[in-house]
Amino acid sequence: MTPHLTKSATGAEVDAAVEETAEAATTVPTGKSLSGYLHNYWQRIRGGDMGSLPAVAALVVLFLVFSIVEDGFLSKSNFASLITQAAPGILLAMGLVFVLLLAEIDLSAGTTSGVSGAVVAVLLIHNWPWPLAVLVALLVGALIGLLIGWMRTFLRVPSFVSTLALFLGLQGVVQIVVNSANTQGNLSLQSDALVALENSNMPRWAGWAMAILVIVGYAAQKLMAVNARRRRNLPTEPVLVTAAKVGAIAVLAVVFTVVLNLNRSPNAAGGTKIVEKNGQLVTEKVAGAYLGGVPWVVPVILVLVVVLGFVLSRTRYGRHIYAVGGSDEAARRAGIRVDSVRISVFVICSVLAGVSGIVLASQTAVNASQGGGNTLLLAVGAAVVGGTSLFGGKGKITDAVVGGAVVAVIINGMADLLRGANNSAWQWIVTGLVLLLAATVDAVSRRRAGASGLG
Amino acid sequence: MSDQPILQLRGINKSFGAVHVLHDVDFAAYAGKVTALVGDNGAGKSTLVKCIGGTYTIDSGTYEFLGKPEHVSAPRDASALGVEIVYQDLALCENLDVVQNMFLGRERMRGIVLDEESMEIAAADTLKSLSVRTLKSVRQRVSSLSGGQRQTVAIAKAALWKSKVVILDEPTAALGVAQTAQVLDLVRRLADQGTAVILISHNMLDVLQVADKISVLYLGQLAATVDRADVNQTQVVELITTGRSGDLGLQPAAATTGASS
Repeated sequence: MTPHLTKSATGAEVDAAVEETAEAATTVPTGKSLSGYLHNYWQRIRGGDMGSLPAVAALVVLFLVFSIVEDGFLSKSNFASLITQAAPGILLAMGLVFVLLLAEIDLSAGTTSGVSGAVVAVLLIHNWPWPLAVLVALLVGALIGLLIGWMRTFLRVPSFVSTLALFLGLQGVVQIVVNSANTQGNLSLQSDALVALENSNMPRWAGWAMAILVIVGYAAQKLMAVNARRRRNLPTEPVLVTAAKVGAIAVLAVVFTVVLNLNRSPNAAGGTKIVEKNGQLVTEKVAGAYLGGVPWVVPVILVLVVVLGFVLSRTRYGRHIYAVGGSDEAARRAGIRVDSVRISVFVICSVLAGVSGIVLASQTAVNASQGGGNTLLLAVGAAVVGGTSLFGGKGKITDAVVGGAVVAVIINGMADLLRGANNSAWQWIVTGLVLLLAATVDAVSRRRAGASGLG
Repeated sequence: MSDQPILQLRGINKSFGAVHVLHDVDFAAYAGKVTALVGDNGAGKSTLVKCIGGTYTIDSGTYEFLGKPEHVSAPRDASALGVEIVYQDLALCENLDVVQNMFLGRERMRGIVLDEESMEIAAADTLKSLSVRTLKSVRQRVSSLSGGQRQTVAIAKAALWKSKVVILDEPTAALGVAQTAQVLDLVRRLADQGTAVILISHNMLDVLQVADKISVLYLGQLAATVDRADVNQTQVVELITTGRSGDLGLQPAAATTGASS
C-alpha cells in the first residue's frame, strides 16, 4: 500500500552529483594509498583544520632565524634553559586547553598557579614533607576550579567575569600567603626534590631510557591502532605514513637527548689551576666539570601529555568534552551531563595551574607578584598558537607543548637579540603580534570550515 | 487498521496555565508506517510531539506503548521505551565525525577505552542498511557535511539505536529539491525496516509523497486521521485550514471557532 517514491534514474544521478562535490576530509587517517592519504590531509588543511601545523612551521622558522642572526641561540646551555623557561607556560597552557575546548576561559589560572606555588613554599618552611605540601597545593587549585565551575553552572556567571574577579582577588591571596612566612617577599622552595625540577638534570642513562621508552611506546601504540583497524578490515593509513611518523618521533627524541646530554658546563674541558703545595706554586690538572642531562621537568611534562592526551582522545569523558565544546545542546540531548563536564574542566585547569605554579616556584623563588596576568596571557597565547580554538571543540594537549615552545623561543630569542632600552618592549610587541596572528588564523579557519560545510 | 499500533495516545489534554492547547487528542503510530502529523502554526503539533517525547507531561489521557499504559514524564522515559525525536536543528556536534555523533552519549567501550573500530563498523552498517550512498566516509566531520547529509546522519542515528518510534521534526525544511528527495527516500526505508515513523512537515508534497497515514491537528483538536490513499491534496489542505473537508474532519458543532465551509 505504500506510495512509491519517484526514485530511479534521477535519484542515482543526484547521489553521484553529491558524492562528487562532497570532498571527504576524515578525522581518522584513511585513504588506501599514500596519494589518497595526502589528498585527504590536504583537504583537511584547506577546510581550515590545520591543527598544530602552523605552530610547527613557526617553530622551525624561528629556530632557523634565531640561530642565523644570533650566536648564542643554538648554544648547548641555551637549549637547556629554553626548556626550563618554557615548562611553566606549557603546563599552564595544558590546563587551559581543557577550558578552551568548552569555549570557556580561565583568566585566574595564572594567579591560581601563584597561590599553589606560595602554599607549597610556606608549607615547606613549616617543615611539611614535600609530597604532602604539593598535594595540599593541588587541592587548593582544585577547590578554586570547583568554585569557578560552580559559579559558571549554577549561578550562570560567565567564566570571563568570574575568573577576572578571581584573577584580582587571588593576587591578594598570594600576597597574604607569602607575607605569612615573614620573609622579605621572596620564598625559595625548601625542598631539594622540588628545586631539582627546574635546576637539575637526569643522569645520561635515564635520559636515554626515557627517549627509548618514548620511541617504543609511540611505535607500539601506532602499530596496535593500525592492527586493530586492519583486523576489522577498516581502512588504515598507509604504512609509509606510519613509518614516517614513528621515524620523526624517533629522530626528535634522539636529537633532543643527544643535545641535552652534551656537556654544557663552561668548564667542560677542564684545565689547570695553580695551587700552593709545600710552599711552592705548582700547576695541577683539573678534571672537566660535567653539566648535562635532560632537565627533570621534562619527564613531568611528558607523563602529563601522555595521560591527558589519552583522556582526551581515547576515553568517553574526553569524547564528551569535545561534544560539549562542539554543541552543548546536542550533548545535553545525547544524555551527557553537561554541567559536570563543565565543572570538571575548570578543576583540571586549576590543578594543572597548580602544577605550573610549583614548577615556576622551582625555577625562580615565589614572590608576592608571582603568576600575574602576563604568565596567564602567554599561556592562553601558547594554546591558541598551538592550534586550540578559542571557539571551543577543537584542540589537543600537544598544542600546549608546541605553542608553549613557540612562545618560549620568541621570548628567549628576542631577549638576547634586542639590546638597549626598549629590549623588553619589543619582546612584548612581537609576542603580541604572534598571538594576534594565531587568533586570526583560528577565526579565519573556523570561517573556512563553516563555508566548506555548506558545500 | 487492524494491526496493533506501537504508540497509542487517547484523549490527550494539555494546558499551559489558562491556555488549553490540546483537546482530547487521539494519535497512533504503526510499525512500518509513516504517519504524518500536519496542522497549521499553533495547531499543537509541537506540543503533541513534546508530550510523546516526554518533554511535557500530559494532563489527562492515556499513553500506551505496545499496548501497555506507560507514564512518560521525562525525555529519559521516552528514550527508554525506544522513542527518538530528530529535531529540526539536528542536535549534531559539528566538530565530531559521523561515527562519533551517531554514538554520542552511548559510546561502545573496551574497558576504559572507546571501541572505535566496533562503532565505525556499526555506523557504516546502519548507513548501508538504509542505502545511504551520499556519505563518502563515516569519519567525515559533520561540519563538512551538507544539510541533507546532516539530516541523513541524524535519522541514521535513530535507526542505529533500533528506535521503535522515530519522530522527525520538519526534516526537509531547510533542504533543496535533490536533498529533500534523498531524505524522504531515507524516511521510507526507515519505515520499511519496521520503525514507526512520525513525520511533522509543512510541505504537503513531502507528506503526500511519503506518508501512509495523515493525522491533521486543527486548533488543538484532532481533525482527522486518514489513509494517504483515501485523500488528495485539496482535502488535506482543507482539513488543515478549516478542520473539515466534506464528511471528513470535525463536524460544525465540534469545530469551535466557526469553521465555515
